[in-house]
Amino acid sequence: MNDLLRLTGEHVLIVAIAVSVAIIAGVPLGTFAHRRKRAGGIALRITDVVQTIPSLAMFGFLIPLPFIGGIGARPAIVALVLYSLLPIVRSTLVGLERVDPYVREAAVAMGMTDRQLLWSVELPLATPAIVAGIRIAAVTAIGVATIAAAVGGGGLGTLIFRGVAMVDTRLILSGALPAALLAIGADLVLTRVERAFARRRGEA
Amino acid sequence: MTDNVAVIEYRDVTVNAGSNAILDRVSLRIETGERVAYLGRSGAGKTTALKVINGLVTPSSGELLIDGTPIAARPLPELRRRIGYVMQQPALFPHRSVLDNVATVPQLLGWPEERTRAEAVRLLDQLELPAATFGSRFPRSLSGGQQQRVAIARALIAAPEILLCDEPFSALDPLIRAELQTLFRDATRERAATTLVFVTHDVREALRIAERVIVFDEGRVVADTSADAFLTHEHPLVRRFVDA
Repeated sequence: MNDLLRLTGEHVLIVAIAVSVAIIAGVPLGTFAHRRKRAGGIALRITDVVQTIPSLAMFGFLIPLPFIGGIGARPAIVALVLYSLLPIVRSTLVGLERVDPYVREAAVAMGMTDRQLLWSVELPLATPAIVAGIRIAAVTAIGVATIAAAVGGGGLGTLIFRGVAMVDTRLILSGALPAALLAIGADLVLTRVERAFARRRGEA
Repeated sequence: MTDNVAVIEYRDVTVNAGSNAILDRVSLRIETGERVAYLGRSGAGKTTALKVINGLVTPSSGELLIDGTPIAARPLPELRRRIGYVMQQPALFPHRSVLDNVATVPQLLGWPEERTRAEAVRLLDQLELPAATFGSRFPRSLSGGQQQRVAIARALIAAPEILLCDEPFSALDPLIRAELQTLFRDATRERAATTLVFVTHDVREALRIAERVIVFDEGRVVADTSADAFLTHEHPLVRRFVDA
């Protein structure tokens, strides 16, 4: 039981760090992609390609790399950041693109600077979409993080891998069930946050 | 400001889109406090002529002066805070309440909050959208006509030197349109120092709101007349507008 709590804590921590880093990098990247279509398109394609790499292969690629790679929690977090980036960048871009061009025109015509337009109009209006991206990123990361145990990343995957090695179904489930519950819980909570943001402007 | 400086002056303004001239060497002077309608068919260039004033469209050649200074010579955001702008679409900020929408420009100008609020409430009441009832509501819960009142209040609150309107009433049904035209006329006439430029394709609306009518066709000014003389003006396009 102690083991379970510790590993769940590790799992949550790895995911939380990875998704936070992905938000800090992804929202500005999505904003940049919106302003500079061409460079943005390239950035988006790169995150797209990263997304298609199978997770076990990704951990494999990271093992020989210095600084960001190797064995342990660090490569696990790096891989999760890479996976979380795409949904967040894309949803930021989509959210910004969906802002009514007339609303943007009105804001500019009233004398907002580029920065004021971004912070007081575009980003608030894109927030529900950005939260949707964060939700997808978090749920994906919780799943992928179970595999991180393969490179010594810790977390609930440790129990699953141990269970597989020992052909012990109970041990496998003791890792798999909490991981699934975490994913469902994160999905529920973030869906609510998403709705709360939408409701604030009378949409839902 | 001396007497011979117009509040708005077009000097040979041309706007090209590809090989087409949307605006073709337009020269015009509009004096402080004038109420001007830009009349024309769709594609005549009247909207482009309007957007050149607040820099939403940049001339391909020629220049536009406000108070005698080319607008290219100064930062646009500052200039735009002194120019009200109302479009056919209310384009309210969906994430801001009615009062917060109206408060946009005062916030950009750094007005104290009490002054902003007092002025917003006064304007909304004048436009018959009482702030007590509607102030904290969000745009989506308002009808088209109500949203457009908010847009007008948002454009007027900081007593702009110039008010630009691009067919603000043409998406509304006829009864509401007539009601808003009257409210709009009264609210803007009260501000005698505000220069009004009002784009429309509706002759009756132009004559109701403006005292000077400028007719655009194929990117050029084809008639420039007082509203009183408009009905007897001899230009064939004016005749067609009048007879329609």
